[in-house]
Amino acid sequence: MTAIISVSNLSKTYASGFKALKSIDLEIRRGEIFALLGPNGAGKTTLISIICGLVNPSSGTVLADGHDISRDYRAARSAIGLVPQELTTDAFETVWSTVSFSRGLFGKARNPAHIEQVLRDLSLWDKRDTEIRRLSGGMKRRVLIAKALSHEPRILFLDEPTAGVDVELRQDMWRMVRKLREDGVTIILTTHYIEEAEEMADRVGVISKGEIILVEEKSELMRKLGRKQLTLALQEQLSAIPEALAAFDLSLAANGSELIYSYDTKAERTGITALLQALAEAGIRFRDLQTSQSSLEDIFVSLVRSRS
Amino acid sequence: MSQRSTGMGLINWHAIVAIYRFEMARTWRTPMQSILSPVISTSLYFVVFGAAIGSRMQSIDGVPYGAFIVPGLIMLSLLTQSIANASFAIYFPKFTGTIYELLSAPVAWWEAVAAYVGAAATKSIILGLIILATATLFVPLRIEHPVFMLLFLVLTATTFSLFGFIIGIWADGFEKLQVVPLLIVTPLAFLGGSFYSIEMLPPFWRVVTLFNPVVYLISGFRWSFYGVADVGVAVSLGMTMVFLAACIGAVAWIFRTGYRLKN
Repeated sequence: MTAIISVSNLSKTYASGFKALKSIDLEIRRGEIFALLGPNGAGKTTLISIICGLVNPSSGTVLADGHDISRDYRAARSAIGLVPQELTTDAFETVWSTVSFSRGLFGKARNPAHIEQVLRDLSLWDKRDTEIRRLSGGMKRRVLIAKALSHEPRILFLDEPTAGVDVELRQDMWRMVRKLREDGVTIILTTHYIEEAEEMADRVGVISKGEIILVEEKSELMRKLGRKQLTLALQEQLSAIPEALAAFDLSLAANGSELIYSYDTKAERTGITALLQALAEAGIRFRDLQTSQSSLEDIFVSLVRSRS
Repeated sequence: MSQRSTGMGLINWHAIVAIYRFEMARTWRTPMQSILSPVISTSLYFVVFGAAIGSRMQSIDGVPYGAFIVPGLIMLSLLTQSIANASFAIYFPKFTGTIYELLSAPVAWWEAVAAYVGAAATKSIILGLIILATATLFVPLRIEHPVFMLLFLVLTATTFSLFGFIIGIWADGFEKLQVVPLLIVTPLAFLGGSFYSIEMLPPFWRVVTLFNPVVYLISGFRWSFYGVADVGVAVSLGMTMVFLAACIGAVAWIFRTGYRLKN
């Protein structure tokens, strides 16, 4: 797959001296859903703002759909739709007029059929003649998405799309994102709701302190870095881990009634067979067992922590 | 530049039209504030200065006082309204944050300026013509050079809309938005010969007044009505052009550097 966005050597130092981005390289593939994860202040919004033209880079280049974002900004920006983090909308405009305005602003001829389709997809059609200030927060969020989609962008940026959004809208939004991807739109979202990245993204990038510290297929990332835990519910409580089991990475939980074994899924041998044998030999019996995989959140936290 | 692939051509006309229509729609939503209030305040000037005081004043350069002040009053409204319209138009999106959309759009700075300033200037020109029509109800008017009258109207509205646009970008609070019009433009406009000929001033103040750019606007505009002027009409036109060029230069610099718009 070819890159639809190529960021190379991108740095940003604000007037205050704060280095928001430190020589970032990043490629977004055409047609993928890319999740950019990072703690607050990591540089997520700065990166998006530079690509979309809201912030001037200090150095480095960005190509969007093959066009340099500063030399050929018209072509680059025409390809991009941006849904900002904050609910920044007009107040007195109607939904219909503000969405039509966005389409014109991005240089597209009027197309009422397309605007109607976008509004219907976002359940805004009934509100088309309502002034924006009379809408709820969730509805305003939908309006911002409609504005970004009004000019049929090939790249869509969603900056913290589900911050403060109710369950219904969140589900609508993910349905819409999947549909857009089927139509060939590339979607880049930032989030700190890690389960969202886990559920939606094809690839995940982790940014921390202005540096991209990891870009990986989501499934690969979870496979490579994911530690699994085997929890054994014991029939009899243990006061300490027996000597015979000292070779295994074990810990006791629930007052000694549970034995937890951590293992690495990427290791050649997980050691489960050996552990179970050793348990049988030591005469430890168990009622139940379960395994759990560490979430992207655990991975993320450990990545960011190991850096600081 | 492969701009043709966007189907946009060299000028993003759709964007200019979209911004222009958006701004004009804003005016018609608030007709009381946009149209009625300037008309009422101008009518009050006519009642006070034209009818009440003017009837006891000598005519100036052969023009009855009530008619003499008409061009100055129109200019006064044109200046203040152009600045107010344009400064608010660009300040408000900055204030609410909706400017993100303009900054992320494939719009050249001069296209945005053309649309915002064009809309602000259109509004104040319409207002100027409404005030002119109102004036005919109070005083007999004649316009000797209608083409020049329109030219001065358009140039002044454009120049001061640009000036307002700059103020709107510079301002980072509502106070700053008000302070330049209130402390600089209004005094300059009142002292620019709206209500008197600068020939009526003592020689020293006459010279001081020549440093006031508004003098040239009002003088030229009044010449287009009555064929009499405080300064030559060519000088008036020249000074207007100089101020227009200065404003265009300042706006170009602002957008090229991203001053107060982008980090």
